[in-house]
Amino acid sequence: MINLEHVPTMLSLAVVTLVTRCFFFISDKPWEMPGWVERGLRYAPIAALTVVVVPEILTLQGQLISDWRDARWPAALASGAYFLLQRGRGQSILGTIVTGMAVYLPLHLGLGW
Amino acid sequence: MFFQRVNFTHPAFWEGVRTSAALAPGLAAWGVMTGVAMVNAGMSTFDSVLMTLVVYAGSVQLAAIPLLAAKAPMWVIVTTAICVNLRFVVFSAHLRQYLMVWPRWQRLVNGYFTADLTYVQFTQRFPHPAEDDAGRRAEQAFLCGHYGLTWLNWVVTGLIGIALTHAVPAHWGLGFAGILGLVGVTCSLATSRLRVTAAVVAGAASVAAVALPLKLNIVVGIAVAVAVCMLMDRLPGLAPAPKDAA
Repeated sequence: MINLEHVPTMLSLAVVTLVTRCFFFISDKPWEMPGWVERGLRYAPIAALTVVVVPEILTLQGQLISDWRDARWPAALASGAYFLLQRGRGQSILGTIVTGMAVYLPLHLGLGW
Repeated sequence: MFFQRVNFTHPAFWEGVRTSAALAPGLAAWGVMTGVAMVNAGMSTFDSVLMTLVVYAGSVQLAAIPLLAAKAPMWVIVTTAICVNLRFVVFSAHLRQYLMVWPRWQRLVNGYFTADLTYVQFTQRFPHPAEDDAGRRAEQAFLCGHYGLTWLNWVVTGLIGIALTHAVPAHWGLGFAGILGLVGVTCSLATSRLRVTAAVVAGAASVAAVALPLKLNIVVGIAVAVAVCMLMDRLPGLAPAPKDAA
């Protein structure tokens, strides 16, 4: 017997995905973006990604990591370094993943960081 | 739409597919681990499959899984998801310039499927919205090709993760590949000093405020970073370079 208890939650989350991703183009009404919004939009995309990524690297269970022996920050540093070295040479995001995991897995599985 | 002939017969559709394919291994690892994480947290197979198929937002899924396991009330889960997804509201303001030429149902379908990687690679491939019909068709075809493969990749690998929960132990931490992919995406947006500043301020604020409930640290981080940069770009000598005007 399938338990349907969580179906409303899942569907609500799907609606959240739809509405947040479409927020500014749901309406058909013409709308001129105010100048200050346009200025803010220069910085908002990178800020919006960083706030998701950085806590995933530097926090554990809602706290800044207190033990430096954590495989995540060296892996992220290696990814960032790889990106800087590759700059301007086309597709480099796959390289950031491979480089980062090459640092992460030995530290995490080998040393238990 | 990816199922419309006019799109998948367009060369830009396949360019979008190839662009997404370059990132496929990292996304696949993230997809598998999200599948594993759902089952490991005690979610039923039915719930895990439903979430993979309809929610289609890795960061929301990862935030919601522990809340579902802890039997948190639905409004807490939904509010948390809105905070985690706030970046898409920002992206949608930018995508508006590209998408408003299409009918609403096409905008909604395209918007729903456009996650981080597709947004960033689409706006890099097309820095300025097209002014003619041929250009707009190419834009939409690229977008459809990119998110078509990205969605397929996410759903298939998520289902594989659900099926193979016991073969891929969660403690391997393979899901971190997804975060590393987002590190690469973030780096590719760092095209000026003020944008680097925005990233540093946002990162610091989101960690400082990490104890806030409902992932409100995400809201705080974005607001503080954007406010600081908007004040700084009015200072003499720090005027944004022209390429900042995205």
